[in-house]
Amino acid sequence: MHKYIIRRILQFIPMLILVTIVVFGLAKAAPGDVLSGERLDPNIPAEVYEMRREALGLNDPIHIQYWNWVTTVASGDFGTSMQYSGRPVADLIASRIMNTVYLSLFALGVTLAIAIPIGIYSASRKYSLFDYGATTFAFLGLATPNFFAGLLAIYIFAFILGWFPSQGSVSAPGLSGIELFLDKLRHLVLPGFTLGLASTAMYMRYMRTEMLEVKGSDFIRTAQAKGLSNNSVLYKHTLRNALIPIITLLGLEFGTLLSGAIITERVFNYPGLGQLFLTSITNRDYPVIMAINLILAVTILVGNLLADIFYAIVDPRIRYD
Amino acid sequence: MQNQNQPLLEVKGLKTYFYMEQDRVAKAVDDVSFTLKKGETLALVGESGSGKSITSLSIMRLIPSPPGKIVEGSVKLEGKELLTLSDRDMRRVRGNDIGMIFQEPMTSLNPVYTIGNQIAETLMKHKKMRKKEAYKRAVDLLKLVGFARAEEIVNEYPHQLSGGMRQRAMIAIAMSCDPKLLIADEPTTALDVTIQAQILDLMVEMKQKFDSSVLLITHDLGVVAEVADRVLVMYGGQIVEEATVYELFTNPKHPYTVGLLNSIPSLDEEVDRLDSIPGTVPPAHRFPHGCRFAPRCKHAMPECLEENPELRETDAHHKVRCYLYEEQGGEKVG
Repeated sequence: MHKYIIRRILQFIPMLILVTIVVFGLAKAAPGDVLSGERLDPNIPAEVYEMRREALGLNDPIHIQYWNWVTTVASGDFGTSMQYSGRPVADLIASRIMNTVYLSLFALGVTLAIAIPIGIYSASRKYSLFDYGATTFAFLGLATPNFFAGLLAIYIFAFILGWFPSQGSVSAPGLSGIELFLDKLRHLVLPGFTLGLASTAMYMRYMRTEMLEVKGSDFIRTAQAKGLSNNSVLYKHTLRNALIPIITLLGLEFGTLLSGAIITERVFNYPGLGQLFLTSITNRDYPVIMAINLILAVTILVGNLLADIFYAIVDPRIRYD
Repeated sequence: MQNQNQPLLEVKGLKTYFYMEQDRVAKAVDDVSFTLKKGETLALVGESGSGKSITSLSIMRLIPSPPGKIVEGSVKLEGKELLTLSDRDMRRVRGNDIGMIFQEPMTSLNPVYTIGNQIAETLMKHKKMRKKEAYKRAVDLLKLVGFARAEEIVNEYPHQLSGGMRQRAMIAIAMSCDPKLLIADEPTTALDVTIQAQILDLMVEMKQKFDSSVLLITHDLGVVAEVADRVLVMYGGQIVEEATVYELFTNPKHPYTVGLLNSIPSLDEEVDRLDSIPGTVPPAHRFPHGCRFAPRCKHAMPECLEENPELRETDAHHKVRCYLYEEQGGEKVG
C-alpha cells in the first residue's frame, strides 16, 4: 500500500511540471506583458522601457524565463499584482482562498449528504413515485445553468423570503467566535446549494445506477442465500461495491467545484478565488491569473491522487502493484 | 417426534411464472412436484431454460420479484411450509437450514470482503457467534474443505483465489451452519474438468460429514452418474421423468431422456457426429399446447399435440410423462 501511494506521488511530479509549462506558456502566448501599459505612457523614454525589460528578465531566452518563474513560484513567491498596485499575489490569494475552500466543501457536503441517500433509496424503490420525483429533480438540476440557479435562489430565498443573505461572505466586521461562524454559514447556504446543485443531480443518478447494477450481481444473490438481513445485503454488500466508481468521480469533482465556484462566486458577489480570477482576467493581471491557474491545476491533480488512493483502500482488487 | 419416513423436502405443484412485457407469461416452473429423502442426493437435470435453476431458487424464495412470482404450490422442509413463512422466518431458513452454492464461483463471492468475513457473517447471523469465534470456525471450515493454509486464506480476498478454490470457499459458506439441505446449482459447470471431480468429491464428503442431503442441479449426466441417488429430468418447466440413477441410465423411457443419453459420446465406438436432439427448448412463454417435447420428438403421435400427458408411475420408482407408456402400450423407444 505504501509503495502504491509513493509511486502515485512520484507520477504526480511530471504532471506538475507539465502543468507549470502550460500555465507559463499560456501567459506568454497572451498579448502584452507587465510593461505594456507603461509603454503607452509618452513620458517614459524608450531606453528606460528597454532597461526595465532587461532588468525584469523579459529579454532572456524563454527557458531561462520559465526557470526563473518556476523557482520563484516554488519558493512561494507568485510575484506582484498589477491591478492592486503591486500587492504580492500570494497575499491576495491567501485572503480569498479560504472562502473558496469553505464554499467548495459546503457544496461537496450538500452533494454527498443529498445525492447518496436519495440515490440509494431511489434504487431500492425503482419506478416508484419517489424514484420518478428524484429523476425529475436530477434532470432539472443538470439542465439548469449555475448562474440561473443562483439568480433564482437569490430571488426566492433572499429577496422574497429573506431567509438568507444574497451576497458577500460575512455581514459586518467585528463578529467573532460562534457568531462569526454562524454568520459565515448563513452566507454559504445559497451559493453552496447553487454550486452543489448540478453535482447533486449527477451523483444521485450515478448512485442509483450503481446500486441497481450491483444488486443484480451474483454475490448479492449469495448474500441473500446466506439469509442475511435486508440491511446487511443493502449496506454491507451492495453499497460498498456501488461506492467504488463514485469515489473515482469524487476525485474529479474538485475540478468541477472550482470551475463552478468561479461563476457562483460572481453571482453571489462572494469574495473568493473565483471572483479574484474573473477580475484578474478582465484586468489582464497575468501574475494573478497564472497563480490561480496553477492552484486550480494542482488541486485537480491532488484530487485525482486522493481518488486513486481511496480507490485502492475500498477495492482490494486494485492494490500495491 | 418426527416421522422417520417424512421426506426432508417435499415440493408439490410448484408454479413459478415470470410476467413479462406485452402480458406474456413465462411459465418457467409449471407444476413441479418431487420429494427428497433425508440423506439422499437428488439430481435435477435438463437443458438451459428447462426451469431447473428457477426450481431451486423458488425453494429458497429468491426469485427476483417482479417479474417473477411463485404462483402456486407448496414447498415443505421437514413438514414446515416455506412459501407462507414471513420474510424474517425465511431468512432463518436460508443459509441455516438450506445452504446453497452457485454456478459462477468467480462472481458469487463479494470482491471487497475477505473470505473469512464472508464465512463468519453467516455464523454470526445464524449461530449468534461472536466475531472471534466465528473467524475461528471459518478457519476450521476452510481446513475441512481442503485448504492447507486456511489461516492465511481467511484474510484473503476472492480475487486472490482460483475458480476451484473459490468454489471450495463457497462450499465452506454453504456448510457453515450445518444445513439439512445443500442446493448446488451447477456447481462444477464453470470449472475445468480436473477441478470438477475434486469439487464433486468434496461435496459428497461434506454431505456425509454433515449428514445432510443434496439437491444437485446440473445439465451434465456424467456428474449425475457419479454422485446422485435419484434423478429428475426437467423439460419445459416440468418434470418428464423420475427414476433412480441406475434405472435411468439402463432403462430410460422418455424420448427426451433417451435423446440426452444418446448425446453422450461413448468411449467404445467411434462416430463422426455426436447424436443430438433436433431443435431447442421452446421459450417459456410459448410452450406448445400438448406435450412440450412433441415438436422435437420423433415418436410424436396426434394425441401428443392435443394434450400434455401426466407424469405417471410405470414401474416402481420410475415415473414418466409420455403417452408411449400409458397402459404400458406403444413401441419401445431406443
